[in-house]
Amino acid sequence: MPPVPSSTPVAAGPPLALVDLPSDSLAPTRSAGVAPGRLASRALAPLLLLGAWQLASATGFVAREVLPPPTDVAAAYGELISTGELQEALPVSLARSLVGLALGGGTGLVLGLCAGLWRRGEELFDAPLQMLRTVPFIAMIPLFIIWFGIGEGAKIALIYAATIFPVYLNTYAGVRGVDPKLIEAARVFDLAPRGIALRVILPTALPSILVGLRYSAGVALLALVAAEQINARSGIGYILINANVNQRADIIIAGIILYALLGILIDIIMRAVERLALPWRGKLVLA
Amino acid sequence: MSSLNVARLDREEAADARPLALELHGVRRLFGTRAVLDGIELAVRRGEFVSLLGASGTGKTTLLRILAGLDRATSGHVRVAAARSVVFQEPRLVPAMRVWRNVVLGHSRGRETRRRALDALAEVGLGSHADAWPRTLSGGEAQRVALARALATEPGLLLLDEPFAALDALTRIRMHALVSQLCERHQPAVVLVTHDVDEAILLSDRILVLAQGGIRFDARVPFPRPRQRLDNAFGALRARLLAELGVAPEDAVA
Repeated sequence: MPPVPSSTPVAAGPPLALVDLPSDSLAPTRSAGVAPGRLASRALAPLLLLGAWQLASATGFVAREVLPPPTDVAAAYGELISTGELQEALPVSLARSLVGLALGGGTGLVLGLCAGLWRRGEELFDAPLQMLRTVPFIAMIPLFIIWFGIGEGAKIALIYAATIFPVYLNTYAGVRGVDPKLIEAARVFDLAPRGIALRVILPTALPSILVGLRYSAGVALLALVAAEQINARSGIGYILINANVNQRADIIIAGIILYALLGILIDIIMRAVERLALPWRGKLVLA
Repeated sequence: MSSLNVARLDREEAADARPLALELHGVRRLFGTRAVLDGIELAVRRGEFVSLLGASGTGKTTLLRILAGLDRATSGHVRVAAARSVVFQEPRLVPAMRVWRNVVLGHSRGRETRRRALDALAEVGLGSHADAWPRTLSGGEAQRVALARALATEPGLLLLDEPFAALDALTRIRMHALVSQLCERHQPAVVLVTHDVDEAILLSDRILVLAQGGIRFDARVPFPRPRQRLDNAFGALRARLLAELGVAPEDAVA
């Protein structure tokens, strides 16, 4: 290209100070996945902690009865499995939390849809639910024991009461958060109110509803732990109560970790549900 | 000049045998005590492409919303084709529905439905995107889906609410051609609300200017299609419309 003759006096001025900006080829490259080096550095702190724990107990720095070393906890799992206690307890606890979650989440969903879709529903349900929401569900335990006794009823009721609100709040917010312009467009194209609710509002609010469900699943676990402190005759809570009576700290720690694993399991399931239910939002693009 | 135009329109109107797609008499719309529309008289026939120009706040969109049934006139008589559809400024596609389901949003579900959606999508050149999610479309593609949705109902009256305003300049040129061609084929009555004087001249059979609550200008565009912006007559009409909209010649760059 021939140089453009310049007629402006600016061209004759002193040269501008220029800087080099880095380009990708100069900058260090970032790998997409987790590099082995990074994985190692992430695992470092937990492993060190575990090592310190083992060392502290093994050397007698901490009494074995107070804080048994990780190896003892692992042995406790072996004991629980060999006696069959673990296999018996897990399905019982899982069933409790899932039944409570299904009932509570279902109620929250129905109430949230009613309040979100109908003005009358909002008038009827929203204020009372917002008030009840502020009651810490653990405070209800004594009352539930009077109402439902110390059997399964009180446990399920507690989980039920705790799991209504996250689903309710997120469903209500999700339904109300649907772009009114979208609903207007659906009306223009002669979609009946039922069709608008089922085909436009509900699917569009689903991400928010599932966030509520995931949150409720976490709360269900919390409520399970609290509920199983009520005279449990089965489940993880029963193992814990027994261990408490027998002063077995290793089994108690094993039980606590069991609850944590249950929480991780529930979270993994909920994420999978979200991926399956929301193909239109995810990173997986079909076209 | 205005009254002259109206007189000529009346004579043409009488000779026009095409069915009426919309008829407004004395339509008023108050917001509080302010009359945004104050006695609108208008008739549009099938196959007519009408552009509605007006400065901001003159009630263009209000009028369009009344025609769509999304807003109500405070008083007056509104009669519109039963089958009508709207393309909004935004595509307004349901994100949780695949493209083809969006196209047949209000249709009853049946075997024919997908066929109809595919036909409509093919017309806007998006036949291969039928099973895509709206999120994956570009702005121009999404607006073409919205156009397919509007035409899939075979409307007698097609209402366009600044549908090109959010598109980039190049996409807009292509959309102009597409809308022009599809309206030619389907022959609905079209009411296009726009700010863009050039767009109005390029596309319409007839241009209205809305001001002070009424239609202050109503003229047919006499040029043959396809229209060229460089024509002298184009420039003259453009200047006239800009004057009607309160833009003086010295305000414009070109």
